[in-house]
Amino acid sequence: MKALRLVAAFALFALCAVSPVRAQQSFIVLASTTSVDNSGLLGHILPLFTKKTGIEVRVIAQGTGQALATASRGDADLVLVHDPDAEAKFMAAGDGLIRREIAWNDFILVGPKSDPAKVSGMKDILAAMRAVWNAQAPFVSRGDKSGTDALEKRLWKADNLDPAKAGPWYKDIGGGMGAALNAAAAMDAYTLSDRGTWLSFNNRKNLVIAVEGDRRLLNYYDVIQLDPKKHPNIKRAQAKRLAAWLASQEGQAAIAGYTVGGEKLFHPEADPKP
Amino acid sequence: MSDFSEAFALALAMLARFDANLLSIVVLSLSVSLSAVAIASCIGLPAGAALAIYRFPGQASLVLLVNAMLGLPPVVVGLVAYLLLSRAGPLGSFGLLFTPGAMVIVQTVLVAPIITAIVHRAMEEAWARYGDEFRILGAPRIRAIPHLLVIGQRAVLTALLAGFGRAISEVGAIIIVGGNIAGVTRTMTTTIVLETSKGNLALALALGIVLISISIAINGLAFGLAGRKYRS
Repeated sequence: MKALRLVAAFALFALCAVSPVRAQQSFIVLASTTSVDNSGLLGHILPLFTKKTGIEVRVIAQGTGQALATASRGDADLVLVHDPDAEAKFMAAGDGLIRREIAWNDFILVGPKSDPAKVSGMKDILAAMRAVWNAQAPFVSRGDKSGTDALEKRLWKADNLDPAKAGPWYKDIGGGMGAALNAAAAMDAYTLSDRGTWLSFNNRKNLVIAVEGDRRLLNYYDVIQLDPKKHPNIKRAQAKRLAAWLASQEGQAAIAGYTVGGEKLFHPEADPKP
Repeated sequence: MSDFSEAFALALAMLARFDANLLSIVVLSLSVSLSAVAIASCIGLPAGAALAIYRFPGQASLVLLVNAMLGLPPVVVGLVAYLLLSRAGPLGSFGLLFTPGAMVIVQTVLVAPIITAIVHRAMEEAWARYGDEFRILGAPRIRAIPHLLVIGQRAVLTALLAGFGRAISEVGAIIIVGGNIAGVTRTMTTTIVLETSKGNLALALALGIVLISISIAINGLAFGLAGRKYRS
């Protein structure tokens, strides 16, 4: 009977431990990108919102493609992502109701200090990517349909280059921003990163910023409220409150107030763009 | 090597100051995995014993299937559960996706075959040895199940610990159906994935050390409890 007693003890302990976790006040699920969550932005600003409204925000951090897919299945109440093309498709499919830009920052090309493609300091991102291509220097691609991945593919295409035809120097890792930076650091490779994740990333090894400041590298974060006609189960009112708060003066000030090492990771929507 | 020494120092520091955040993550990991083991043993203990003492058509295939399920890829189980539990799926109305409940479900699916298979193997031997006695007594076979489980309690303990090992170390399934939400569905293993992706390798490794220590402690506790009986 010992086995049965052991099982009973397990069950009792487990039930006691799970139940307080499940007794929740009001909450919404925000499908968002790894860049805003891993960089610490959401951890910094969402508690302010929760304190003010009593609404807990549960963040699912995924790539933009996956976050939009999660929302289109009705599994999230609100979306915060950064891929203009994928967002437009999402809106056109009738999933989204209102889309609003709430913050921006920029992408950067990071690469090894040794800079085998000689791109350091270039101002033209297309020329820099062409140089990486010509040098066949190792390049890590997210390959996960995230906002960053979509931008990378757009940049190659803008210069009539097709990464599907690139050689073994082009490494499609199919992972998140952190995984891509870890891989690039380990292989001394170039990769595109959003500035927020880069600034809060702690395993840079030889990686430094190679190219920044091109207008084509601007990175817009949009919050999208879902269309209740298509998604009747979502918590529409609470989601609307969060969307409104993010765009409000208070929310924008909170975004502007998040810094790492004195550097602003995200600019509020109204900040002048370069 | 500095990575490793840093990780060990961090792990010790975390354990020493009894970090509240870490504690809640540990409690969630344990409660999810122990719940899964508890539910899976309610299925696996009787099922494993029954498979050993009953003969019926298709029994061999069923045993084969259970053993094959030991190799279930957690991500696939997670993905299937995700599609079922999603709002757009057939079980969406329960609102279980991205909750600890969903994580218990997927881990139960992963653990139940392990317990069933190990118990089945041990009960087969026990039944070969004691089966005749039961048959001579003329009692229905179902009455033999609890007796066999008591006779084979060491194997039962092994089955429970193996199941627990699978559950507590698993990440592929729970990160899909749990969503790795801070304070709600973030466990030891999903935290390790997250910290690795942030480049906090020493912290991730330190959490791994804490996880392994807890596993050792649980196994020690179980063996200690079981061992006391044999000594006394």
